[in-house]
Amino acid sequence: MVLDAALLAGCILLKNGAEIFRVEETIYRICHYYGVYSCSVFTLTNGIFLTAGDITEPYFAKVKHLPVGGSHLGRVAAVNQLSREIEQGKYTIEEVMEQLEEIQKIPNKSNHARLIASGFGCGAFCILFQGGLFDCITAFLAGILYYIFRLYIDRGNMSKITSNLFGGMIITIICLISYHFQFGNNLYGMVAGSIMPLVPGVPFTNSIRDFADGDYISGAVRMLDAILVFFSIAIGMGFIFLFYHYVMGGAIL
Amino acid sequence: MISVLMQVIGATIGTIAFSLLYGVPKKYYPCCGIVGGVGWLVYLMAKSIFGTALGAFFSAIAIVLLSRLFAVRKHCPVTIFLIAGIFPLVPGAGICMTSYYIVVNDFQEAFQTGFTAIKVAVSIVLGIVIVFGLPQKWFQTIGKIGVKKKNP
Repeated sequence: MVLDAALLAGCILLKNGAEIFRVEETIYRICHYYGVYSCSVFTLTNGIFLTAGDITEPYFAKVKHLPVGGSHLGRVAAVNQLSREIEQGKYTIEEVMEQLEEIQKIPNKSNHARLIASGFGCGAFCILFQGGLFDCITAFLAGILYYIFRLYIDRGNMSKITSNLFGGMIITIICLISYHFQFGNNLYGMVAGSIMPLVPGVPFTNSIRDFADGDYISGAVRMLDAILVFFSIAIGMGFIFLFYHYVMGGAIL
Repeated sequence: MISVLMQVIGATIGTIAFSLLYGVPKKYYPCCGIVGGVGWLVYLMAKSIFGTALGAFFSAIAIVLLSRLFAVRKHCPVTIFLIAGIFPLVPGAGICMTSYYIVVNDFQEAFQTGFTAIKVAVSIVLGIVIVFGLPQKWFQTIGKIGVKKKNP
């Protein structure tokens, strides 16, 4: 029971974008608080191996496989808060299980809120790349349209590479249309701002932190994930730019 | 001057918007925004003196320091503030432009952009690794001082 709860907490953390070190520490903390001292855990980016047992304690072993998925930092914060409260002795083990089940059900923000946030984020980051007002408006629209596409994708099973490729293409097409009709004039700024929701910030940052903690395998896997996403976006962009280049003639950027 | 102010505001809004996309709880939005804004301000200042790569390095240091402080103050994982704050710095555009130049056979531009992007990425990595090497105790002490001053 204790180990099940600890494993569940670890799974939630790992799935929603926590670093390896935090996952292992949380599992140890929960186990130690409820009196299981023989546990030992080994964590990779997509799996947790947990075993326990010695002369005095019964044996337990479980392997849990987790697909690499999206991230929800709110759940990470919630589990962290829970493990803090466990150490203060607020919960019995049954209550911990209930709390974890509830944390798993924390919903994402509504689709409308995420659409608007994506638009505002793109528009705001466009300013950072010296975009003017109209560039920002283009980036805003591109961000919203991309996110509509993303929400649609999330229902099906499209591979990460394909979905990012198409995402890059959609954004580039919108920016090029705006550029072609002289609506926005800083093409680089528009594109750079709009691809921000695609940029794999979470895997990139987490991979660095895993490297810093000495978890090289997980760090390498996450870095590979980030680089793969970068390249699929770029190939989508390059394809559209090349097409524009041949159809309209003349170099751009 | 106005453009600097605009950019910092842009970074703040952008950071908050992306922290919403990543499901950060509402009560942490202001801190995420501050981390993003301050990070970009440091980047702009340092960039005008030391150039792009060192600018990113100092900015990463400022972001991680602030994130760790906020994490101690608010009792929550550093990851929340760090990921949101580091977002404007990640050279996503640079890496994408490099691949684009490779696609259109402009190797000189590709080399230049790619080299800058890699330099920025490495400086971010160094900044993060260095600040995470600092002992947690320092941050706990500093964090506590701040709290005491606020609620005497």
